[in-house]
Amino acid sequence: MPSAPAGTLYRGREGMWSWVAHRVTGVLIFFFLLVHVLDTALVRVSPEAYNAVIGTYQTPVMGLGEAGLVAAIVFHAFNGIRIILVDFWAKGPRYQRTMLWIVMGLLVVTMAGFLPRHLMNVFGGGH
Amino acid sequence: MATSTRTSSSLAAPRSRSVGRGTTRGNYELYSWVFMRASGVVLVVLVFAHLFVNLMVGDGVKAIDFAFVGGKWASPFWQIWDLLMLWLAMIHGTNGVRTIINDYAERDGTRLVLKLALYTAFVVVTVLGTLVIFTFDPCPADAPANLLASFCTA
Repeated sequence: MPSAPAGTLYRGREGMWSWVAHRVTGVLIFFFLLVHVLDTALVRVSPEAYNAVIGTYQTPVMGLGEAGLVAAIVFHAFNGIRIILVDFWAKGPRYQRTMLWIVMGLLVVTMAGFLPRHLMNVFGGGH
Repeated sequence: MATSTRTSSSLAAPRSRSVGRGTTRGNYELYSWVFMRASGVVLVVLVFAHLFVNLMVGDGVKAIDFAFVGGKWASPFWQIWDLLMLWLAMIHGTNGVRTIINDYAERDGTRLVLKLALYTAFVVVTVLGTLVIFTFDPCPADAPANLLASFCTA
């Protein structure tokens, strides 16, 4: 392995870690997508089969998993827009670090809107 | 570095496109790069609306059952929405994982096996999902009425 060149723009800093997080969230979302198409396909088997499997999505453990999945999707979405701006906006590379903190801020705001609602649906005693 | 036996008269000019590089065909990687960005923008809209309608409106995930899906796919709007989301997400995700396999799987055999598994999963899941959206019957005749959308018995 060659040693790392000194003074790179990205290595070990926000740029690299956002790239790592983009890959990790992307793979996570992709594997959920495969499972999600398969579970939805059960509507072609019978209403009972679909309801039995979708019922497992409504348990507390899966509810927390869904919260994590939504957080991964929201990060991947906003960071993807940041990547597009880095690529196509003339000032994008200069503001890539600032834009990452905007992405993280938007992630927090979006999750603040989503989490209370979702957790009340999952843990609330309305059913 | 690959060794070349070509004579100097056949050497390509510096940075000319993909001469003598058998693994590069045309502009495939450029189109792939553009597709990731274009599909990504569309997917943000498709997926955010999908999450909002299914997880935020009403009782969220607790309200999802066969009748809920039947109610959505009775409308061509949601059929097309979900079809577009399925295809764009599957191509976007498959292409992303393909990039990751190319980056981390160093042996040719490993890359081949992983990509075969990836492309098999792509075809199976995309075809299955497409068939489900368009062959779905929201009101199957032999199913209990209390499990179906209200319009089935109306």
